[in-house]
Amino acid sequence: MTFLLRRLGFYLLSAWVALTINFLLPRLMPGDPATALFARFRGRLGPEALQALRETFGLTEAPLWSQYLTSMGHVLRGDLGISVAYFPAPVADVIGTGLVWTVLLAGSAVLISFAVGTALGAVAAWWRRGWVDTWLPSALVFAGAFPYFWLAMVALYVFGFGLGWFPLGHAYSDDLTPAWSLAFVADVARHAALPVATMVLGTLGGWLLSMRNTMITVLGSDYVNLARAKGLPAGQVALRYAARNALLPSVTGLGMSLGYVLGGSLLTEIVFSYPGQGYLLVQAVRNQDYALMQGIFLVITLAVLGANLLVDLACLWLDPRIRETAT
Amino acid sequence: MSGAGAVRTTGLAAWWGAIRRDRKATAGAVLLGFFVLVGVFGPWLVGDPHALVGIPLQPPSAEHWLGTTGQGQDVLAQLVVGTRVSLAIGFIVGIAVVLVGALVGVTAGYFGGRVDGLLSLLFNVFLVIPGLPLAIVIAAYLPSGPATLALVLTVTGWAWNARVLRAQALSQRQRDYVAAAVVAGESDFRIITREILPTMTSLLVAQIIGSTTYAIGAQVGLEFLGLGDVSAVTWGTNLYWAQNDSALLTGAWWTFAPTGLCVALVGFGLTMLNSGFDEITNPRLQLERAWRGYLAARGHKATRSTPVVGDRG
Repeated sequence: MTFLLRRLGFYLLSAWVALTINFLLPRLMPGDPATALFARFRGRLGPEALQALRETFGLTEAPLWSQYLTSMGHVLRGDLGISVAYFPAPVADVIGTGLVWTVLLAGSAVLISFAVGTALGAVAAWWRRGWVDTWLPSALVFAGAFPYFWLAMVALYVFGFGLGWFPLGHAYSDDLTPAWSLAFVADVARHAALPVATMVLGTLGGWLLSMRNTMITVLGSDYVNLARAKGLPAGQVALRYAARNALLPSVTGLGMSLGYVLGGSLLTEIVFSYPGQGYLLVQAVRNQDYALMQGIFLVITLAVLGANLLVDLACLWLDPRIRETAT
Repeated sequence: MSGAGAVRTTGLAAWWGAIRRDRKATAGAVLLGFFVLVGVFGPWLVGDPHALVGIPLQPPSAEHWLGTTGQGQDVLAQLVVGTRVSLAIGFIVGIAVVLVGALVGVTAGYFGGRVDGLLSLLFNVFLVIPGLPLAIVIAAYLPSGPATLALVLTVTGWAWNARVLRAQALSQRQRDYVAAAVVAGESDFRIITREILPTMTSLLVAQIIGSTTYAIGAQVGLEFLGLGDVSAVTWGTNLYWAQNDSALLTGAWWTFAPTGLCVALVGFGLTMLNSGFDEITNPRLQLERAWRGYLAARGHKATRSTPVVGDRG
């Protein structure tokens, strides 16, 4: 329990740091933050409305600490301000529309990449110097050197534009309405296939190498030699003894990589005009919609923190050493 | 880096020899060297990248080897000129990130106790906060340009290096030579910069290479989003304009394919150089290779790697 509580405390602290960065950024930057923040509103809002908006953001003449408390209160109540790009929709609502698509895209990419890459890494380590071990790591490291979004552009050009196998963008066809029907789910899968595939291709090499290298060390350890000497079937030695223990660093890495994959997912979405956070982010950058940008940053950070907590739970399950010190 | 002085006499020659002995590292160095040459001398050989030289979106031809952009500029000229800025930012950020990481990490590992607790907490928090979204938020508030990119990428990228270097410093701290230096009355600053950091030279070089790869990729991503100076010519802004001019939907592959290929080749070259270094400087891999060579010389085939070093390191 103490392990989980400690981790929980750490994530709460991280969330607080993210919130504080969010609060301080506009105030630390050169120039008058309020003017910069509201320059875009000019002409659309009267002075009274601007004043009201300032107060919602906590950008008042009040001392910094009271601005800080006001802004924290707003965030805790889920009030992230008003979007300029989608005026007058609240940022929280705007983000809500795209969140499910980003989570779908990044989530399935991470899980597929992790599962396939780790399995291939175990294969490469078990049949050392076999063809998987010889060719795949270099090829995948080369693929991983490309920026995700560039792979996405090439994939879209070849498979979407050239061959016409996949749709050119968006999350589902225009003539369908979202519903839990087979046709709709299949359509969403067809639209997600290319973006997910490019993200998996870009990250597979890392998982493969990490698993391969740890598993090679584990295969040389005494307990694996003992398991072999006992005459246990090879499959059992490979999976229950070697792979399970070699998995641990990869699982820890999973939490760390989530932020990276989400970042890459944002860029991939832009290429595919996928209606997730990445698309919103571009709108925010183009319209200098700071509130929306900061909202996206906060939501993604919180998502990553939550996912990291899940990863910790997985570690607890995988590693009896943590469990013993934890209870 | 003040630590480099200790190894300079034998260092450079030894590094160069090590690169040449390893096929992977040689290939990486050649690839990287080519792009550095292009970045340094290339801009003088091609024309003005901003000049409107022809009809927009022309496919590659004898006149324009890589075709023209959506505005009618020469793609090759933009690619070559972009190499200089993109590589420069990449290397500057690569070095800056490792310097900050080394400062924080080694300080934490050396002093231990409360200092270590505080600094470790700091880089762990930075590790868990997603880098690209944070970089975007910071970059959006600053005037766009190479200085902003370099600053933002350094702020979001140093934590990983700090974590690795802290672990390294922690193990060095236990060694006798550090204890001797402490007894001899050397200052903490001198012990860190003159005693501990030089022992990590190979790790630092590896980290600079890795961080440069990160910096180039992240920089291209930020510029692709439109957070760089979109009127400048860099690899990222080339891709930004290719996307903006709907290069994909008009089938103009030549406006984006060469740039991405260059990013990947530089990244791949850096990775090859690094894995080559790893095999040179990692004693475990070195022993394994010697053992395989020994067996091969006697006509045997090494079946499975011999566990040279056990769990206890």
